Amino acid sequence: MTVNGSPVRRRIPARQHLVDFLREELGLTGSHIGCEHGVCGACTVRVDGDIVRGCLMLAVQANGCKVDTIEGLSDSGELEALQKAFHERNALQCGFCTPGMLMAAQDLVLQKARCSREEIKRHISGNYCRCTGYQAIVDAIEQVLNGQG
Amino acid sequence: MAKAELPLHAPGTQLDKGYIGQSVPRANAQRLLQGRGSFIDDLRFPRLAHVAFFRSPYAHARIKRLDFSKASKAEGVIGVFDGRSVAEYCTPWVAVLAHLKGIKSPPQHAIAIERACWQGEAVAAAVADSRSQAEDAVARIEAEWEELPVVVDMDEALAGKRVIHPELGDNICFKRELDTGGVDEAFATADVVVEDVFHFGRHTGVCLEGRALLADYNAAEHSLTVYHATQAPHMMQDIFSRHLNIPEANVRVITKDVGGSYGIKVHVYADEMATAALSVMLRRPVKFVADRLESFVSDIHAREHKAKVRLACTSSGEILAFELDDLTAIGPYSVYPRTSGIEGNQVVNLTGGPYRHQKYRAKMHVVFTNKNVTCQYRAVGHPIAVALTEGIVDLAAQKLGMDVAEFRRKNLIPDDAYPYTFPSGIKFEKLSHHKSLNKLLQLMDYQKLREEQLRLRKNNIYRGIGLAAMIEVTNPSPAFYGVGGARISAQDGATLRLEPTGMLTVMCSVTEQGQGTEAVFAQVAASAVGVTLDKVRVITGDTAVTPYGGGTWASRGAGIGGEAVLLAGRALRSNVLDVASQILKADKATLDILNNEIINRLTLETRMPLAELGRVAYFRPDTLPIDFQSELTVTRHYTPRQYGFTFTNGIQASWLEVDPDTGFVRLLKHWCVEDAGTLINPMLVDEQIRGGVVQGIGAALFEECLYGPDGQLLNGNMADYLVPMAGEMCDIVCAHLETPTRQSQLGAKGVGEAGTAGAPAAVMNAINDALAPLGARVTAMPFTPQRILKALGKV
Repeated sequence: MTVNGSPVRRRIPARQHLVDFLREELGLTGSHIGCEHGVCGACTVRVDGDIVRGCLMLAVQANGCKVDTIEGLSDSGELEALQKAFHERNALQCGFCTPGMLMAAQDLVLQKARCSREEIKRHISGNYCRCTGYQAIVDAIEQVLNGQG
Repeated sequence: MAKAELPLHAPGTQLDKGYIGQSVPRANAQRLLQGRGSFIDDLRFPRLAHVAFFRSPYAHARIKRLDFSKASKAEGVIGVFDGRSVAEYCTPWVAVLAHLKGIKSPPQHAIAIERACWQGEAVAAAVADSRSQAEDAVARIEAEWEELPVVVDMDEALAGKRVIHPELGDNICFKRELDTGGVDEAFATADVVVEDVFHFGRHTGVCLEGRALLADYNAAEHSLTVYHATQAPHMMQDIFSRHLNIPEANVRVITKDVGGSYGIKVHVYADEMATAALSVMLRRPVKFVADRLESFVSDIHAREHKAKVRLACTSSGEILAFELDDLTAIGPYSVYPRTSGIEGNQVVNLTGGPYRHQKYRAKMHVVFTNKNVTCQYRAVGHPIAVALTEGIVDLAAQKLGMDVAEFRRKNLIPDDAYPYTFPSGIKFEKLSHHKSLNKLLQLMDYQKLREEQLRLRKNNIYRGIGLAAMIEVTNPSPAFYGVGGARISAQDGATLRLEPTGMLTVMCSVTEQGQGTEAVFAQVAASAVGVTLDKVRVITGDTAVTPYGGGTWASRGAGIGGEAVLLAGRALRSNVLDVASQILKADKATLDILNNEIINRLTLETRMPLAELGRVAYFRPDTLPIDFQSELTVTRHYTPRQYGFTFTNGIQASWLEVDPDTGFVRLLKHWCVEDAGTLINPMLVDEQIRGGVVQGIGAALFEECLYGPDGQLLNGNMADYLVPMAGEMCDIVCAHLETPTRQSQLGAKGVGEAGTAGAPAAVMNAINDALAPLGARVTAMPFTPQRILKALGKV
């Protein structure tokens, strides 16, 4: 598969999840493991352009796919506007959910030019954050989408 | 006031307070935004072994036999261990404190021996080359059990027909009674008496990062380094040292990024102690990260109270007395070292707290049950006390036909009454209840909202307004734990070092879990010394590096740690000016520091950059007088001692809509006015409040650890245990008053728990306000659609 633009070849156990593969085999520890049953969204990564739960997809299912993680999108600068808005608005506290939250937010940014706060909330409603109460996150995403803040 | 006497230093600038009061973004958020933080599970070590635990499937059972023969042969397995083998390396503990008179609890081992007392208690450990191999090995452990009778109901536990720990005599861990006298008379003469019983569901913290540690024992040095997701590194250093019998100086606890804590990560967990012991036993690094399912059955739970509260008042609405009878269940052990008696104790201390009645009687029992243990979680006792107080206050106002805001105004302790001693014995230095109430009513446009509520009711739309006044414990003195014999520091320290380049390194014993500790310390340090914020680096979370201190809990980081940083900063500024005075051959009193430069304090003219001063002090001290030694590293400590706690106050309001057909609650808006003293970084304070409010909303609407009659946790996963998600949350408006504490020069009080303390009560009162025209009332949290429909008589 291609991970963050670089080709990767590994022989792995069939049962290994994509997020475990990224973390354990490739050392890409930015994608976090929060629940391992597809609820919290901390392991959100992008596979062939779609965001997926890294804990619900087996690594072998991503065979031949293009996988993007927080590390890759940070280095390419794709997340720069969101990261800046999150930082300014303190849309993170412990930061454990943040990579997954940014992946989900960027998915919305790529899909839509403008969004209501309700649409933003719906889009990130599969990403759990225990620290912020979400308001700052919605503000930050809104700032990037609609140029408000 | 002369410049030199300014509260903080930045002469010539608009703000005498420097960076204090400015909403500066957190420098340490940058790495987290790029996924480049260091959480425990991100660390990679040579020869790292992984441990997984075999946990009791029963709530109460005797371990008749454990067979490791198959598990030991599984691929990658290094060893499989039972409680007895681990106990040879780790001594058990008993979680009691001397100032909680009569509190009792049995010894608890790192891994249970002979008997499991809750479903999820670890009874064996498998260590392997990878976590998945360790889990495979756990699946191959064979156990034979003898099920024992379980005690899951609080009242049953109190009655004590079945005693969980026969050697203790009964199931009562701790009880407390308090009586000011005159309560019966007050109730007898009162015009109005109201009473109700409130239930609070057991819930838990659900930190997104599970509990985690990596223990690395070095046999050659007999030293132990523990990378630990904890709130209190020095407390854990002491505990690892004493229970593993390693000299304190040989134990180092390092806390890097922590993925949420909220009180969950300030306790001693048996499986974590076992992990450290296994590292010693195996002489190699061992890592444990709790997965989500084991987090639900082993992270501390909290709350689970049932309380009857009574209020007596006059026909004109003057509160005369409160009476409380609280019962809370804590699982089979009091949790080490803070004990599980504190939450109930807080409920007794705080119930009725914002009001000026003088008669108060309380009774409280803490009982053992065969469920997971409970202990201090964000806002400890406050959500219970505030909901009991504000729930019964609303009921009294309703009975009197008085507006709830007016009823509060009549009874809140006057703003000019301080210092004030509440009937439970707690002392308030200076609170601002009335100013807060006024500000809240203005902020939410209370009258207009009431009109809107009335108008909508005509259209069968049921909206409610709920108010919740609160007091909160912050900046605790040694009276919280130290006096009871706990080796938990109420003091914190900060070391500041001016580097040769003029940069400033700050090392502080308070830790960071995302609340912004490091950011506010940088603001205080930069302001106190006279450097710009970009020159400051903050280091926390390493017992080998920072001064000794308590860490982060009980809303103490900014108020206590911040003061230590301020004191160190002022001392360092003085020392820097001593050096400048020598180099420049100028009178120290004519010099000052501003924007990384030594300046003339009268003309503000630049005399020398700090980088030049650093160069001379570190590399050319030969040019300084022979009898002069520069001291560019300074350490200062601070402990609050004048008051047991630095109380803060605030008030919240909830505006919501209840659908009487479905029982669903839709949150529309939430307000919080808080007086946390000096605000160091208003944005971070607001975000602490918002996050806290949402955790409180979780308790009010969604969260409950549901147990079956056999003591089995029924919803121990994130799909079934509901937490607030973005879709259901409303915007939260924050506003502040600033009544600085005079105990410190900084004047900061704590704010981490305010939101969680008041939100459940505000939401409860709003729901009951919405339901009032329908004649329904709910008092059992969480207020699920089912409970609301039941109150409406629809199910």
